[in-house]
Amino acid sequence: MKDKIAEKLLLFIAFSAIGSLLLITFFIFQQGIPLIFKIGLGNFFSMHWSPTRGQFGILSMIIGSLMVTVGALIVGIPFGLACAIYLAEFSSKMVQKTLKPIIELLAGIPSVVYGFIGIVILVPFIRIHFGGPGFSVLASSIILGIMILPTIVSISYDSLIAVPNTYREGSYALGATKWQTVVKLLIPAARSGIVAGIILGMGRAIGETMAVIMIAGNALKIPHSMLDSVRTLTSTIALELGYATGDHRAALFACGAFLFIIIITLNIIAIRITGRRE
Amino acid sequence: MPKIVIDQLSLFYGQNQVLTDVNLAVHEKEILGVIGPANAGKSSLLRAINRLYEIDYARISGKIRLDGKDIFDIPINDLRRRVGLIFATPVVLPGTILKNMSYGLKLHRKIKKQELNDTVADALQAANLWEEVKDRLHESASTLSGGQQQRLCIARTLAMNPEVIMMDEPCSGLDPISTAKIEATMLELKKTYTFILVTNNTKQAARTADRTAFFLGGELIEVDKTEKIFTKPADARTDDYIRGRFG
Amino acid sequence: MTFRIGPRTSQIIAHIILLLMTIVTVIVLFFIIGYVFKNGFAQLSLEFLTDRTREMGKEGGILPSIIGTLFITVLAIIIATPLGVGSAVYLVEYTRGGLLRKIISFGADCLAGVPSIIFGLFGFIFFVIQLKLGWSILSGSLTLAVMIIPTIIRTSEEAIKAVPQSYREISYSLGGGKLDTILKVVLPTSLPGILTGVILGIGRAIGETAAVIFTAGSSLGMPTSVFSSTRTLAVHFYILAREGISMPKAYGTATVLIIIILFVNLVAYRLMHRFMAKYY
Repeated sequence: MKDKIAEKLLLFIAFSAIGSLLLITFFIFQQGIPLIFKIGLGNFFSMHWSPTRGQFGILSMIIGSLMVTVGALIVGIPFGLACAIYLAEFSSKMVQKTLKPIIELLAGIPSVVYGFIGIVILVPFIRIHFGGPGFSVLASSIILGIMILPTIVSISYDSLIAVPNTYREGSYALGATKWQTVVKLLIPAARSGIVAGIILGMGRAIGETMAVIMIAGNALKIPHSMLDSVRTLTSTIALELGYATGDHRAALFACGAFLFIIIITLNIIAIRITGRRE
Repeated sequence: MPKIVIDQLSLFYGQNQVLTDVNLAVHEKEILGVIGPANAGKSSLLRAINRLYEIDYARISGKIRLDGKDIFDIPINDLRRRVGLIFATPVVLPGTILKNMSYGLKLHRKIKKQELNDTVADALQAANLWEEVKDRLHESASTLSGGQQQRLCIARTLAMNPEVIMMDEPCSGLDPISTAKIEATMLELKKTYTFILVTNNTKQAARTADRTAFFLGGELIEVDKTEKIFTKPADARTDDYIRGRFG
Repeated sequence: MTFRIGPRTSQIIAHIILLLMTIVTVIVLFFIIGYVFKNGFAQLSLEFLTDRTREMGKEGGILPSIIGTLFITVLAIIIATPLGVGSAVYLVEYTRGGLLRKIISFGADCLAGVPSIIFGLFGFIFFVIQLKLGWSILSGSLTLAVMIIPTIIRTSEEAIKAVPQSYREISYSLGGGKLDTILKVVLPTSLPGILTGVILGIGRAIGETAAVIFTAGSSLGMPTSVFSSTRTLAVHFYILAREGISMPKAYGTATVLIIIILFVNLVAYRLMHRFMAKYY
């Protein structure tokens, strides 16, 4: 009897995560989607964002988000993979045991701190040495690239380590060097984990808000160079939600809905690839 | 009336049948030895009797009666308390010796501290462990040696005041001296309890069991007085198995 | 004529490049913390930690933010822990494969990837507006609770899976029911692992900005109840830095924030390490 009640209660609790997810989906969509229908898909995906005039086109922000995300991946992937490969294949157990937790510890540093470092170091540096306002695609890409490093390193490392040792031994036995083994054998074998790590890092970069607001400049136009100011979907939501009302607020939720769809898609792909469960 | 009557018992793990139409009786206050090679279904038999197979999501068909009552008509926790099970490797729960001993006792009812201490002491004495641990009841149980841990597991079961004690190769990981101690304990306890002893070691069955059952491939080949099984078994396969071991 | 690099040479070059890139990565990450500490330690004083915030943060200390952060985090953990641990228990002890398990796991995995601004939007419309809780500690902690549930589920699930099956068998064979076994054997044994998840959740809650700023607000007053609006340390730091109110105070706040988070993560790491050493 006691056991039956407990099982029912736990079943109910077990739905808290998926329930929250559904609740979030419902409210974001319920708030945002009607506006998209009201103004039309064409207008929603246009260039003109001018809430005071009732124009809610999010194309420039989509491009902005895309640019900083690609930029972040360009910075994050090589360094992340290099770290993962070095730690998994080239370093001693000692180094692995010290560096892996340190890198994971750094995943816990709040995003505002990264943004702050961007403001006080990176932005002035770019302004002085490369010109422009400093608040830019470049600054955002570098900071986001650093922020997604721990995700990429951690997941890629785990999937490299998971490749059975017999593979390595077989390759060495054929006279291959360590590096050849890594390139020809280990990376292909660990491919799915590495890709999943990159996709999750990508999700983190697209979804990041506070750090980007602090260093992107947030100008509402399509950037023409890496040194131009840029505004992302997330920054628009965070910057304007505080005072937005009516259609304007609905438009911010529509941005959120669009972002949500992208992120969930990326998550599903990553979950599919790794098949972490079962 | 026999203590346990098993009637046409079959047990399945998914598509895999591990026991087939077993008919067997266990008499009051005997040691029934159960021998047979690996995968004979010996452990499955024990797990069927106390319904532990259920946590592995296995299925059974047939009937098992304890004192004439279908085990499915006995509340499961009572059944498992009345029919204790000792595992091959001694598994002590994390925590002190006392905590291990009192775990089962505290599950069923509120128990006074004095009564708890007495029961624990009695059970440890019955398992021939009391002298070795009486001064260290508050030490972690994992500090005991393998043989001591197995006797702790026996004491832990005795503390529940069971009627039947099933042992699943209880000495497989132990040295000869520890094994001898456990066998001595068993022979002493036989006055009070009914034993089912699954063992890989035919000599152990010969030394301790009153009757012995031989299992092969999930079937009961034969069961008879231990002496008879080991001297002139009815079935040639029993003879082969025993001779293989002895010869 | 083509120039070919032999396998030995390419091996050495690759090794050096990988080593250099690893060093750069580690240096960059350390530099970030070091830089904040270098500028922030000078700001730390008893007064800074125990004084009210004055003139929007230009003067005074950060006590209201410390208390606000504490309230929000504790409340969020109180809400999220039973839900997260309960889900994990159900996943491991009550389901085996099957659609139900897939659905529950999928929910947790997806929720883990949802960006914090989405939680902010959701918390704002659901807790602040629909449930009329206003900008308050309660709204903030409910939002954070939803955000950290997946962290707790994942870590607890691993910890509960690591409990040897033989422990459960012992408990059952001594006449324990399923609930007895879970409460008295499984949970106590997996406690360090579960705590690791909870502590990681605490770390995430303390460092969060986007999800809190739209649900708990940014009031600088001393919180008096769960319905008070409050400004957490992370939000306070964000506002100080972004609006350029006071760089010294920003460094000071960031230092406090990082120290707390490093400490929290370190405790989690130690616990996890000890747990792993015992059961793997």
